[in-house]
Parts: sequence; C-alpha cells; structure tokens
Amino acid sequence: MQAKDIYEKLQKEFGEAIISFTQEDNVEDFVTVEPAKLRDICLFLRDEEDLDFDYLACLSGVDYKSKQSDDLGVVYHLYSVALKHRFVLKVVLNRENPKVPTVENVWKAANWHEREAYDMYGVIFEDHPNLIRILTPYDWEGYPLRKDYKEPDEYNGIKVPY
Amino acid sequence: MAERKTIEYDFGRVDTERMRLNVGPQHPSTHGVLRLEVELEGELVTDVIPHIGYLHRCMEKASEAMTYPQVIPFIDRMDYISSMNNEWPYVMGMEKMLDIEVSERIELIRIIMAELNRIGNHQIAIATFGLDAGAFTPFLFLFRDREMILDVFEAASGGRLLYNYMWIGGLQRDVPPTFKEDCLRIVKTVRETNDEVERLLLGNRIFIDRTANVGILPADVAINFAASGPVLRGSGVPFDLRRSEPYSLYDRFDFDIPVGRGEVGTVGDSFDRNIVRFREMEESCKIIEQAVAMLPDASEDVRALVPKRIKPPKGEIYCKAENPKGELGFYIISDGTANPTRVKARGTSFVNLALLPEISKGYLIADLILILGSIDIVLGEVDR
Repeated sequence: MQAKDIYEKLQKEFGEAIISFTQEDNVEDFVTVEPAKLRDICLFLRDEEDLDFDYLACLSGVDYKSKQSDDLGVVYHLYSVALKHRFVLKVVLNRENPKVPTVENVWKAANWHEREAYDMYGVIFEDHPNLIRILTPYDWEGYPLRKDYKEPDEYNGIKVPY
Repeated sequence: MAERKTIEYDFGRVDTERMRLNVGPQHPSTHGVLRLEVELEGELVTDVIPHIGYLHRCMEKASEAMTYPQVIPFIDRMDYISSMNNEWPYVMGMEKMLDIEVSERIELIRIIMAELNRIGNHQIAIATFGLDAGAFTPFLFLFRDREMILDVFEAASGGRLLYNYMWIGGLQRDVPPTFKEDCLRIVKTVRETNDEVERLLLGNRIFIDRTANVGILPADVAINFAASGPVLRGSGVPFDLRRSEPYSLYDRFDFDIPVGRGEVGTVGDSFDRNIVRFREMEESCKIIEQAVAMLPDASEDVRALVPKRIKPPKGEIYCKAENPKGELGFYIISDGTANPTRVKARGTSFVNLALLPEISKGYLIADLILILGSIDIVLGEVDR
C-alpha cells in the first residue's frame, strides 16, 4: 500500500489526530501525527489486516533546531514482513517538554530504541517500563545529540573535552 | 540427524537463594565489552539485564561534525567484523540522495566484496560459537580460511579489518588483476572447509546436545522485537532484504534463503540460527561465482563518478541493506550543507541483543553464553 492510501485510511479513522501528509523531493512520504494519539495509531497500523505493520525497523530521535523551529521529533520507520510495504510516521515535540507515549507495548523493538532516544535527546516516553540511559553512563547529565548540548567540563573528576 | 528429547532440569528440593552475578564487561565469552547482570537460582537463569555502552564512541554525534565521505571510516568501525557490508547501505543511501548511478561493474564488485565479507563474518560467528560450546578445532580452521578473504580485501583496499573501500559514487580503487581467480579460490576453499566443519562441528553429538532446544525464539516474538538476519531466519521466517526488497543487482542472482527448520530440536533454537549462517555461506559462494562470471574484464576508472564536493540537497533517507548480522539501516538527514544533520545507525546487533533477556530465561548459565553466541553480536555496533 502506498503512503498516500495509508494516510487516507488513518485520516478516516483518527481525523484530527493526523496532522499532515508530506510529499517532498528527496524525502520519503511521511505522515505527522498528534503525539497524544500515537499509541492508538500504532496499534491500528499494526493490527489492521491490510496494513499489518508488524516490524518497527527503526526509531530515531531528531533535533530539528534551525532558524525557523526549535522542535525535537521522533521518527518511526515501519515495515510489514508479510505485505512488504513501508511507512514513515513522525511526531514533533516541544523542546521544553518532549513527551510522547511509548510504543514499547506495540512493538517490543521500541524498548531499546526509545531508551536511546531518551538518552540522546531527552525525549520522555510515557509508560515506558524502564526509561533509563542506555549508551552513556547512568549518571551522565544532559542530552548529547541535542544541537544546543554543551559538554560538561568534567565527569566524576575526569576531564571531558580534549 | 538423530531425534532428540527435551531435557527437563530437575534439581530436586534443594532450596537456593537467588544470586546476582556480573558477567563482563571484561569477559571472553561476552564477545566484547558487554556486561550482563544475571539473576541466578542455583545454575538456572531467572533474569538477564544487559548493560551496554562500554564501547560508545559517539559515532552519531561525531558524524554531525564530519563531511559525508568522512563518515565512512566511522561506519567501518561499527561492526568491525563486516566493514564492507557496513559501508554499503550508507553509500547506497547517499548515492540515491545525490542521484548518482554507479556502473554495473562497480555494483558487481560491491556484491562480491559484501558476500566475501558475509562469509568472513559467518566464519567468525560459527567459529566463536563453537568455541563457546567447547569446540576449538573448527575455530582454527575457519580463522585460517578467513585469512584468504582478508588478503583479497587487503589487496583491494589496503586494510585488513577496516577498509574505507566503498565510496559515494564509486570505489576507493579498482580490484587487483588476480581478483577473479582469488575469489574462485576462496569459494573452493570455503566449500572444502565447510564440509569438514559440518562433520566436525554441526553434526557433532556434543554440539547438538548443547545447542538443540536452547534459546528458542518463536517467529512472532522475533518479528515483534524486529530481529533480522540469521536470528529471524533461524525462527523460520524467510525474510532477507536481498530478496524481499532487492537492492543493487541482487534480483539477477539465483540463490536460496535458508531458514531454520528445527532439524534437531525446535524451530528457532540456537542450532537453527547457526545452521542458517552455515548454509548462507554456501549461498554467498553461489552469488560470488555468478558475480565473477558477470564481471567484465576491462578495467575502468572506479572514481569517475565520485563527486569532488558532496552537498546533497535538503532531504532525508532511510537506506538499509542485508548485513551478515541482519538489517543495517542508516537514517540520514541533510540540510543542504556539506555536513549531515543526523546520521542514525540502526545497528543490527543493537536490536538483536535486546532479545537476549527474552530467550535466555529458564536455561542454565552455561547455555546463556551459548545463546549470546548464537545471536552473534559485535559490541562496536551495539554501542556505536
């Protein structure tokens, strides 16, 4: 199924929670959705028979900081093993309060990906069973992949910048 | 192979307190700097908590300060066992963004290199897995043969482990004149050794007893955890990106997708994951033979299409390829400048390792090491 058809199907089901459908050059077509409804949308994408997105290929945190925007985002790359089609879902989050429901209970694969996005961007995945840092040390401060990140001068007595 | 009964562990009525044991981060059987926090009841594993990040080298952060070609050496260092394969999805994605179409000869060389590296990776995977099960000799045989593959890579790229060989728009340099013969010699040797390894290791009673019915991963769980590569195919799902979403020239090749069938135990056990790897080596041999036959003799300038300055248009791409360990994807966002805004690597080992707690509960601690070995991780890719 093409992204456009999936978008129409989602819009019919969720109405205003589906914010926009984007078709641009050099970008795979994607749909932006309301963060609050994300979990229901994901469950729908997984369980609906002709969508059948049973495979969360990738989940990436993104910092969209630029002159025009100050947002963070999470991008979901979905795939269907049986039907062999793909789909891209995005949520845009406020930098001050980046909260989005977890999809760990939809696809278990999201568990570590979400921990990584939390670790690197500080995105809070609500109801995640174990939202702790994963790649950096557990007592690290700050979110390293944010564009406005300033590395600390020292960490537990160890000099950081070299 | 012989039929096998399920073992039931019976420790009588001995009461034991639960114990927490730290395996790693410096432990030979964790295949790198991985720390497993294991909860034990006697010798039975009741819980496993992997702690990762000991090899975190900030690849994604560092990439943002690099130009696009400078990212390739970083990618080499992710899964350092199969660097050739690693470079491919990144390079492929960048070529799609820049709208470059490389010649068929370059694609064929890339296919041969990737398949050689796939054999090399599986040799290590099976060798170290055998080592985990206590079989030392196949380890030596397989590492001896892997040298031949590394020699070819060295002749082509100058590096034995980290190659920086595939470039955006071409290759670092052309293959040496003896390339075709070398490849065919490797294929021949790999087949001979595999024959031996099959008799020595995979058909070995002790090995089967250790691996059959251990670490069973059902297909639906594997998909839910987004497992890929031999881990997913070992559970009986015939999912291979080379076949389901053919990239490069893979749609022209004739090869099979081996899946686990539960020959000695249950579908999706440690044995199945390894027999899939073992059979994939034969499929790679087939692909190499076909690719060598297709490869034109005339040499060409492999850097002809490499752009002087790489400045992709504003946009983003998620490009993936079938690595020896599974699906490796790169999510690249470009803002139109010479540096990427975001390079997210969907590390195969990272995703596959998340399965470990799911499939190792209820087995013995010695089996935990085997199960970890059967997932075939490289910590460089887990931590990036």
